[in-house]
Amino acid sequence: MQSACATLDIRDEADAVDAISAAKAKGDCCAIVGGGSKSGLGRFAPQAQALSTAALTGVTLYEPDELVLSARAGVPLSEIEALLDQHGQQLAFEPMDYGRLFGAEAGGATIGGVIAVNAAGPRRIKAGAARDHLLGFRCITGRGELVKSGGRVMKNVTGYDLSKLVCGSYGTLALLTELTLKVLPKPQTECTLLAIGADEAESLALLRRATATPCEPSALAMLPAGAALALDADAAAIRLEGPAISVTARRDDLVARLASGGLRFETLDEHDSAALWRGLRDAAPVAAKVGQIWRISVAPSEGFAVVERIRRTGAPVLAHFYDWAGGLIWLRLEAAPDAHAAVVRRAVDACGGHATLIRASAEIRATVDVFHPQPAALAALTRRVKASFDPAHILERGRMRAEF
Amino acid sequence: MTLLMPKPEPAIMSRRNELIARLGAMLPPESLIVDEVARRAYECDAFTMYRALPLVVTLPESVEQVRAIMALAAEMNVKVVPRGAGTSLSGGSMPLEDGILLGMSKFNRILEIDYENRCARVQPGVQNLAISKAVEAQGFYYAPDPSSQIACSIGGNVAENSGGVHCLKYGLTTNNILGLDVVLMGGDLIRLGGKHLDSEGYDLIGLMTGSEGLLGVVTEVTVRLLQKPPMARGLLLGFASVAAGARCVGAIIARGVIPAGLEMMDKATIHAVERFQPCGYPLDVEALLIVELDGPQAEVDHLVGVVQDIAREEGATTIRASTSEAERLQFWAGRKNAFPAVSCIAPDYLCMDGTIPRARLPEALAGMDRLAKEQGLSVANVFHAGDGNLHPLILYDASKEGDIERAEKLGFDILRLCVSLGGVLTGEHGVGVEKRDLMGEMFTEVDLAQQMRLKCAFDPEGRLNPGKVFPTLHRCAELGMMHVSGGKMPFPNLPRF
Repeated sequence: MQSACATLDIRDEADAVDAISAAKAKGDCCAIVGGGSKSGLGRFAPQAQALSTAALTGVTLYEPDELVLSARAGVPLSEIEALLDQHGQQLAFEPMDYGRLFGAEAGGATIGGVIAVNAAGPRRIKAGAARDHLLGFRCITGRGELVKSGGRVMKNVTGYDLSKLVCGSYGTLALLTELTLKVLPKPQTECTLLAIGADEAESLALLRRATATPCEPSALAMLPAGAALALDADAAAIRLEGPAISVTARRDDLVARLASGGLRFETLDEHDSAALWRGLRDAAPVAAKVGQIWRISVAPSEGFAVVERIRRTGAPVLAHFYDWAGGLIWLRLEAAPDAHAAVVRRAVDACGGHATLIRASAEIRATVDVFHPQPAALAALTRRVKASFDPAHILERGRMRAEF
Repeated sequence: MTLLMPKPEPAIMSRRNELIARLGAMLPPESLIVDEVARRAYECDAFTMYRALPLVVTLPESVEQVRAIMALAAEMNVKVVPRGAGTSLSGGSMPLEDGILLGMSKFNRILEIDYENRCARVQPGVQNLAISKAVEAQGFYYAPDPSSQIACSIGGNVAENSGGVHCLKYGLTTNNILGLDVVLMGGDLIRLGGKHLDSEGYDLIGLMTGSEGLLGVVTEVTVRLLQKPPMARGLLLGFASVAAGARCVGAIIARGVIPAGLEMMDKATIHAVERFQPCGYPLDVEALLIVELDGPQAEVDHLVGVVQDIAREEGATTIRASTSEAERLQFWAGRKNAFPAVSCIAPDYLCMDGTIPRARLPEALAGMDRLAKEQGLSVANVFHAGDGNLHPLILYDASKEGDIERAEKLGFDILRLCVSLGGVLTGEHGVGVEKRDLMGEMFTEVDLAQQMRLKCAFDPEGRLNPGKVFPTLHRCAELGMMHVSGGKMPFPNLPRF
């Protein structure tokens, strides 16, 4: 938890209007809590009270033929995934479960929290993040006003696309009350091709080569020896999804395209493949309790160089792996008072991208920038965008940036 | 004509000479168009119903020049209207008589193609199709393919969040952009994203995309490149009723198949197309579906079989699957000719752009029929059936007294019908000036005030493309303090310009 403070249960939109209006009148800041599974994310900034959305329950619309689902913000993600599963559908952005990273049970997330952090998983490179699947929403802004945006249809350019803005806003703009999502069919089956025997840099180059084939991989990860599957050598893992006949054909095609001396291929069947990617989605290879965790997003071809730059400084890397064909780096480092922020950020700034401090103690997250610092003009615009929704800085004050 | 635009401000009009002199000092002569005849070329975009002569036209060649123009405009408090290729169907780049038209056509270079990271950095004036052409030899393409893709620019695509025939499977512009450089009113340059995914902080790339030129001027775009699917096949499915066709679309998707393209035409369009240039469409059906499946051969052949089975179960009266690339293109030929074909059966047509939940299609078409009869007009329909985006083509004759007004009224009535069925005013053409005064059908005053406050965050003086998208203009200070009670603003009926 961010801090121990009074919790107010939000039962409906009227409750939220009242609570935020009252907080605004008093100048009290509010945390927004769904399942509490992401309370350790973001800057540490104690709030005067917590608004719980856990009572905003109920799937309000689900039309499988139309690929659309609406749910109130407090509905557990697990409930939505189970419902979709009954109809052979899924949230294609494969939202990550943060439970394991924070030493909690899995399955604690609500759909509101998933949207608030713009969750994404290994399929990000093919299917997008939460931002690419939120069609519309209702919310109560920091002004205490009910605002809706978007709709329930796939194609809509009526007015500004505020759905993008609330995804990844960590509750700093508005309390989300209801969300409408695009859902997609589950692939009929999947398998994972493991290419073992190349070193870290070569394995990453191999993943990039795989993205330039017509084999449509839906996930590409580089696993250093020992990171997963009890492998004793570096490996590249490539997931293929679709109708069985297509998955088999594409796997054979991929092996033919990637084969080279010294490389050994193994195939994980549907069950083992699903287990592997569930683990990678939840950052299992870096989840062990000791140390601080960074999540770094860069151009895929820069991933290895970024890790090398960090290692060359002597920073004590305990574990790491790459997702998104090298574009996403998960890194666990020995704990330090500055969380190695300068080293990590300098390594990223050399090529462009961003680094987020995902796990560190509250004291450190109160002083070290959790999110990547912004240039002055962008920081100023960010403050004005925040103020347009929440001029008094009532919602999640300090959670993203110290200045709001 | 019913459109009310902000009145030209005498304070600006009277300083035109000073403005031109100062622009002349910062731009090469060929980048500044002052002459009235030459300015006429810019008096409208592809929404030709309304026109205005811009105060002055600038065609900058560098980011520094764009910044200088935006700084000068802020300093002199002059309005700016950005323009890409001018193909907007909603008047998004319609000029203002007291505004600088900022044409980005000279930003026409592809700056970098990065195959390893599957992206390209391009200037905003590059044509949509030029990107795919530049990378096709390596087996890549840029996915969003609006029908104007041989002419429209990528900067305009960002402004309008353009879609295309393939967006159910491959997404809209917003799903295919990694980075943007944006010049704000006042001249600040901000860089958003890059070659990496999901920059933290507020998703301003997402907000900019589809903001219709009201927030900033895009000076560089990083687009995602996709690997071209190895092959594609088409199916032509005919149905005895629109409802049956719509049910078949639902059944295909419910079976877990997401086609690359899924288009529907109604009887009026089918007949118009066959008269224009016969391509073998059945004339005895009420609705015709074109289904395109792409991917590896094994998958495509498998899915063609699945869709054929579904079509049979759903009572299709025509089922044809392409067996060659030539045949697939033939299936599409009629659909691609739909607009010119319709212009041969009526002197003029107005293309509308609503989206509805797909299952409501039979109601929407029946309602449209009724509304058209009320106005004594007729409507032909093409429909991006996969994503519910409807393009009713209202047939009229501009030379007939009152026909334009009737067509406009019918268009508005159709869009209201779309909203009442759970849909939206515009799926891909944008609000612009065309649908501006209908925004209240979808949004409350509070919803709109929040959107306008965001505009204020980017453009506090409301100088960038004002008069578009929002039905009333408010001063930003007024919006900041506005107390909204019960969804009503003070003096809701007071015209603001």
